[in-house]
Parts: sequence; C-alpha cells; structure tokens
Amino acid sequence: MSLLAWIQGQAAGAEPAGEVDLGALIMHHLTDAREIELPFFLGTVQLPQGWYVNLGPLGVVDLAPTKHVVLMVLAALLCLIVFIPLARAAQRREEGKAPGGLGGGMEAMVLYFRDEVVRTNIGHGADAFAPYILTLFFFILSMNLLGLVPWGGSATGNLAVTLALAICSFVLVEVAGMRALGFRGYLQTVFFVPEGMTGIGAFLIVVLMAPVEFMGKLTKPFALTVRLFANMMAGHTLIFALGGLIFTFGSAAVATMAGIPITAMAIAIMVLELFVAFLQAFIFAMLTSVFVGLIRHAH
Amino acid sequence: MSHPILAILQGAAEAAGATDPASARSYLALLGAGLGTGLTVIGAGLGIGRIGAATTEGIARQPEAGGKIQTAGIILAALIEGAALFGLVIMFLMQQA
Repeated sequence: MSLLAWIQGQAAGAEPAGEVDLGALIMHHLTDAREIELPFFLGTVQLPQGWYVNLGPLGVVDLAPTKHVVLMVLAALLCLIVFIPLARAAQRREEGKAPGGLGGGMEAMVLYFRDEVVRTNIGHGADAFAPYILTLFFFILSMNLLGLVPWGGSATGNLAVTLALAICSFVLVEVAGMRALGFRGYLQTVFFVPEGMTGIGAFLIVVLMAPVEFMGKLTKPFALTVRLFANMMAGHTLIFALGGLIFTFGSAAVATMAGIPITAMAIAIMVLELFVAFLQAFIFAMLTSVFVGLIRHAH
Repeated sequence: MSHPILAILQGAAEAAGATDPASARSYLALLGAGLGTGLTVIGAGLGIGRIGAATTEGIARQPEAGGKIQTAGIILAALIEGAALFGLVIMFLMQQA
C-alpha cells in the first residue's frame, strides 16, 4: 500500500484539481503492472517486455516479469534468507538447547505446523508432506505481508498466482491419493459404489455420482483459489478506498478534518488485514493437508 | 412480490438511461452489484454470528477445552468468510461489466 506514492502520483496526474478517479486509482494499485515504483520516491523501473515463447498449439505466451512476479521472487528470497540459516543453526545446535531470536519464533511456528496441522491431518507418513505444506504456508504468508508494506503489493491479490498455488496443491492431493490407494482404489474415489448395491442400482449410482465426484475434486482447488484471492483483494481495496475517500472532499480543510477519523479506521482495518494475512496462509496450508489426509484414508 | 419491484426497477433504469440503452444496463448492473454485496454480507454475518455463539457457549461449558474451541472457531469463521467473498468477487465482476 503506498498512500504517499499515491499522493505523489496525484500531484503529477492528469486529473484537474478536485477531480479524483478513485476506481482507476484503486485498480492501478491492485492489479499487475509492467513497471515497479521504487520505494522512497526513487522513481519507477520499467520491466522488460515481450519475452515471447511459442508453445505451438497453445499459442504464444509472454513470459516477461511483471510487478507481481517480482514480488513473488522477493517473497521467495525472504523465505530462503530466513530459513536456510535457521536450518543450519538447528543442525549445529546441541541437543536440549533452546533456539533464540527470530530463529526461535520461526522454529515455534514450524513445529506447531508440523505437529498440529500436518501430523494430525495426514496421519502416518506425514513427514513426507511436511516440507511442501510448510513452504506453502511461509510463501503465502510472505506474499500477503509484502502487500501491507508501503510501496508493496500482494502477489496473492492476483488470481493467476492463487490459481497456480491451488493447482500445485491439487496435483499433490491427487498424486498422494494415487500412491496411497493404488490406481484401482483411486478410481473408486470417483466411480463409487456403496456396499450392498448390485446390478441396475449400482450402475445408475455410478453414472449419476461420477460427474458429481469429479466436480467435487475440482471445486476444492477452486475454493482455495477464490478464498485467498478474494480475501487479499477485498482487504486492499477497502484500505485504498478509505484512503482515497479523503481526496474526494472538496477543500483541503474539510479533507484534513475528515482525514483523521478515516485514517484511524484505515489503521484498524490494516490491523485486521495483518490478522487475515496470517489466517489465510494458515487456512490454505491446513486445507491442503486436510485434503491429503482425506484422500489417503478414503478406503 | 418481486414482480412489482422488478417493474419499478426497470422503469427507474429506463428513465435514467432514456437516451442510451447501454447505460441503462450498467445502471442495473451497479444496482445488482450493490444489492448482491449487501445480501452476501448479511449471509456472512449470520453464519459467523452462529459460530460465535457456539464457540462462546462451548468455552463457557468447558473452559479447559478453550484453546481448541477457539482455534476451531477461527478456522470455521475464515471458511465461511471465504464463501461470502465468492459473492464479493462476482460483484466486482458485475460492477465492471
């Protein structure tokens, strides 16, 4: 969120004095862009364009980095910088000594996740899934938190990013199901025949329920996608709308007087956004582990 | 009951966009988006309210299980809020169309 940068943009903008196009301004801050505004008014950096890749029948795809891609790489780097030294320190530390500082906090979160979320939901063999679930949680958390910092944006406010994460979770769940149940057992999760039904009844049930089961498999990643995307986008939209509301007032005096309660409310909503950032990352990772547990114990 | 309401809305939209049928459609789209958002928030409020009631009653009956009940309550509230935000996303799309 970059209210100050928005002020600067407003001064240099093409709107006549007193006119504010709030919708366009909010959209400009929320959606992907081909330029990055550097912090502390250092200017804007134009990102490269046109790294076209010909995918044959799928058409031509532009793989040039945009603002959200840069933010994703930044979130990934943040995670690496925090956790690789933490892992090395955990290896080197003697048995029984407690970790300190930031590493201690991160280790507490990691252990909480591994014990309460991954092991509880997946059961035996849970340690194989723990790295992915933990990576998912901390990556999404970093992306969410980068949206709350001035001049930042949350890459999870982009439907493509959350859809890609949900597709990764979907692949994990289905492959885990196939490996745990075997191919025949996995097919039985779609073509399900209840016990005690034979003949025409069983055939009808399979024909009617197979599309429903298939759609059920697809709605779970869809729900993950839209939940994370909508939470992030709605929160940031609310904050931008509140901030921009100050600038829709006519005179500077009225705007200043109205600005104080509006800013107080915006700060309260930012605190809520902080909570929502943690909660949505937690929910995404927890639901992924719940789905893995469900399909592994489907028999 | 909805029939006279629809007639009134259509009359209002036509009066507002009397010279331009496209803007009449956008007026109705904005109206629909506003109504939809309000109804979605009502649904979310009711659902999360019920979760709040059950959570506090559970903690009151058994304070030792307070931590687990609170965690479950927060998770369920986030799931219901996800459903409400489905509606919000559709409203955003409607508002722009």
